[in-house]
Amino acid sequence: MDETDNAERNAAGPMNGAAASPVPSPKISPKKPDAVEQQDFVNPTLNIIQTLSRKTSTSALSTRTTLPSREGTPPPLPPRPMNLAFLDSRPSTSHSVAPSRPQLVSKATTQLSYTNTQTHNDLRDDSPSSGASRARNFFGLNVRSTASDADDSASVKSYAPTTIEVGGGDSESTLAGIMDDHEKSVLQSLGHKFSDQEAESLFPNDPNFESAFDREFDEIEGMASDGSNEEQIMLQWRAKLKHFLILSSAGKPIYSRHGDDQLVTNYIGVIQTIISFYQSQNDTLKGFTAGDVRFVISSRGPLNLVAISRLPESDAQLRGQLDALYMQILSTLTLPSMERMFAARANYDLRRPLQGTETLLSALSDGFTRGSPSTLLSALECLKLRKTHRQAINKTLLSTRSENLLYGLIVASGKLVSVVRPKKHSLHPGDLHLIFNMLFEAGSVKAGGGENWIPLCLPGFNNTGYLYMYVSFLNLEDPTTPVAERPKSREGGGAADEVAILLISPNKEGFFELRAMRDQLVDQLQKNSSISRIREAVKAGRPRCTDIVPGSPLRHFLYKSRGNVQFTMPAWEPYFESPLERRRLMSLYNTLHTQLHAKPTSLKIHHQTSATNISLAWSTPLFELYAVAPVATSRAALAQSANKIVQWVRREEERVFIIGGAVF
Amino acid sequence: MADSGASQPKPSSSVKLVLLGEAAVGKSSLVMRFVNNDFQENKEPTIGAAFLTQKCNLPSRTIKFEIWDTAGQERFASLAPMYYRNAQAALVVYDITKPSSLTKAQHWVAELHRQASPGIVIALVGNKYDLATENDSADVNDADAVPAAEGENPEEEEESTDARRVPTKTAKGYADEEGLLFFETSAKTGQNVAEVFTAIANAIPETSLKGPRGVGGQTNLGRQEDARVNLGSARPEGAKEGCAC
Ligand SMILES: Nc1nc2c(ncn2[C@@H]2O[C@H](COP(=O)(O)OP(=O)(O)OP(=O)(O)O)[C@@H](O)[C@H]2O)c(=O)[nH]1
Ligand SMILES: [Mg+2]
Repeated sequence: MDETDNAERNAAGPMNGAAASPVPSPKISPKKPDAVEQQDFVNPTLNIIQTLSRKTSTSALSTRTTLPSREGTPPPLPPRPMNLAFLDSRPSTSHSVAPSRPQLVSKATTQLSYTNTQTHNDLRDDSPSSGASRARNFFGLNVRSTASDADDSASVKSYAPTTIEVGGGDSESTLAGIMDDHEKSVLQSLGHKFSDQEAESLFPNDPNFESAFDREFDEIEGMASDGSNEEQIMLQWRAKLKHFLILSSAGKPIYSRHGDDQLVTNYIGVIQTIISFYQSQNDTLKGFTAGDVRFVISSRGPLNLVAISRLPESDAQLRGQLDALYMQILSTLTLPSMERMFAARANYDLRRPLQGTETLLSALSDGFTRGSPSTLLSALECLKLRKTHRQAINKTLLSTRSENLLYGLIVASGKLVSVVRPKKHSLHPGDLHLIFNMLFEAGSVKAGGGENWIPLCLPGFNNTGYLYMYVSFLNLEDPTTPVAERPKSREGGGAADEVAILLISPNKEGFFELRAMRDQLVDQLQKNSSISRIREAVKAGRPRCTDIVPGSPLRHFLYKSRGNVQFTMPAWEPYFESPLERRRLMSLYNTLHTQLHAKPTSLKIHHQTSATNISLAWSTPLFELYAVAPVATSRAALAQSANKIVQWVRREEERVFIIGGAVF
Repeated sequence: MADSGASQPKPSSSVKLVLLGEAAVGKSSLVMRFVNNDFQENKEPTIGAAFLTQKCNLPSRTIKFEIWDTAGQERFASLAPMYYRNAQAALVVYDITKPSSLTKAQHWVAELHRQASPGIVIALVGNKYDLATENDSADVNDADAVPAAEGENPEEEEESTDARRVPTKTAKGYADEEGLLFFETSAKTGQNVAEVFTAIANAIPETSLKGPRGVGGQTNLGRQEDARVNLGSARPEGAKEGCAC
């Protein structure tokens, strides 16, 4: 985990160029594309097209060459594509001893002492111009019908200037005890009750959103042969909160999360028409808003990827999700072979070679729709372990490392336990996300039992060729028993069983070599008690906020260590166990994240209060912290809690993060 | 799953077995039935290949199958030789409700005859027998086989309204021509699944069997097999004792 390595990768990572390089955006004001005449879908689209040229032009400002800062340029208007997609992040296992990497010492980070006094206006400015409703209603999709006046004014009020004074360089103590309770009293005067907070959700009721989310993952029924249910199907399709579409630049459908070809064809046609219109003007369409729906388009070589979202996500966040889908496709095909397919025939039907990967694409998509801290933060989560325990595991990995091993990983319940890797090759968080998705979300590998030998391309590592991954799920209770012979019923054992050994090699025929390594590895891990330590850590799960800071009013937080490209968070329980509550929490985090990243200026601390919660986003060169508490919490208390979290992480840093890792 | 040696140690040998066949015909389901005695509706496609082991007790010896369950999707086809190259047995699977899958199976058989070890024992397996409702017999291959499932009703096969699209006769005729073992199975009900593996175990020429270390202890997928025995086509008849599953 050497520092230089990471810095280099970050500055000129293989994927960075592609992700960040802006497309020159001429100032053509697009006229109505005359080809587009497809009923009601198009009309809202056309309305917003007027505003597009402005957006595309601003986004072109974010050149990496001129501005090394992640935060980028002066305040543009709407959300810009930023470099927060995990394509741009540093490798997960990276570790910086000192926060001195050039890209972090950017303008923004030198301005710690600036006070953010413009949040109200900023928020407004920042929302997509035709989608102001999105900004006002973070938790729902239907502002007009659900937000009460009180809610509305309350949340607007909450963007009033704050009185934080950020002291010099001492970022750690800057927050404590300076905030007033202005917001709270405003809310109280509006008649909100602050009693029985404990029982209450952090989020206002929003029946429309709830029912939409409820049905979000339901299959859309098939079209009847006589087309009698067409209207109903269309309604179902449109009710989805989120769509992902992938099409070739020739307009051929490649993937759609919802609906079959027949259903999607019309939409694909419209989108294709719009995209080509811009292309014919030498412009690149990056996104537009229609009603309360945001469209974001990412053109990657022969592919156009489209995200359509009613959730409060920024363009950059959606783009990060599209990047992940694109990486999944590369992971299946490799870039050169995909390009060859299209070079032979621009009209090529990519669905054939991608057959069977729909489940992977859908697992990714649904992960985004449910809300994924890892994707939001472009960072990984590690299993919390004592430093010495992790070191013992690292040493075992190193000592059993077989000749052709490239990466070796131990993963427990979706969290990284340990990594062994060559000095010159970091692990890319985006690649790891794909692997985790395949193993823990899509389920095809795990369900099969046995050991697996999986060819895959890790595009962040090298998008031109395949690697081969040995996968073995361990039975933690009895690691010597090969899982193949484990009775199936044990799968009900849940998370504790989800420990996987992943050994990756460039050698196509390396299965038995890596299998032998696994046997040795597991044997030694058992002898040196590492297995039982992993088991205990898995069982312990994530701590609750109140375990971390007794009496803390915080309900949840996300802490991302920038240097390590890792994050840590408390348990979802008890407040966010349900998918719905989790989604709402993630939506809040999305919004906070957008606030923190959309403003290239001085925003280091952002506060937000709604009728039901109070939250904070805080950025320093070392970390990003997002935290949320019930609205009755004072700002001072929230700030103090945030500080406590930072102190806790500092204390536990070598437990919650993998620092160093095993490098050979 | 109780294959603990109820008897005294018998000679035990490993057999490398590979499953081939079009996507979604039920290869993984057959393996899961054989290894875990379990079945899953809507199983997801295999990615790459899965490696599993399972023992099969014959009266004279114990066979430890080392099974490569390969992915049927087209994009993995080029990896197949790596798995069948040293295999002593192959299970080529098609779906009796899908004629194209038999064609694909025939391609695999041809490829195995061309490129695999000459002595390889091949079983042609028509899966999803449960979808063929009332009228045909599953164990046409083995007149003296003991039916695994109840409700077996051996009769001549005839046209019916069920989902079957590949007549037993067609597939059986082809298997005979090529000297293949032939079974119709259902991974869902378990019908004939153990029988396939037992028949394979019995059909492996004694001389090509190795000790447990012989095949299992290899360190490289591509290792060249040394003594290769060619006994011509496999012997479809054999003892009927069940595998331990
Ligand atoms: N009715 C019925 N369905 C079956 C049977 N065997 C498998 N299936 C179903 O067929 C589908 C495909 O089964 P798999 O075992 O995944 O097929 P596969 O050959 O391994 O497919 P690939 O891994 O993609 O090559 C799954 O939905 C199974 O539940 C069977 O005997 N009867
Ligand atoms: Mg399979």
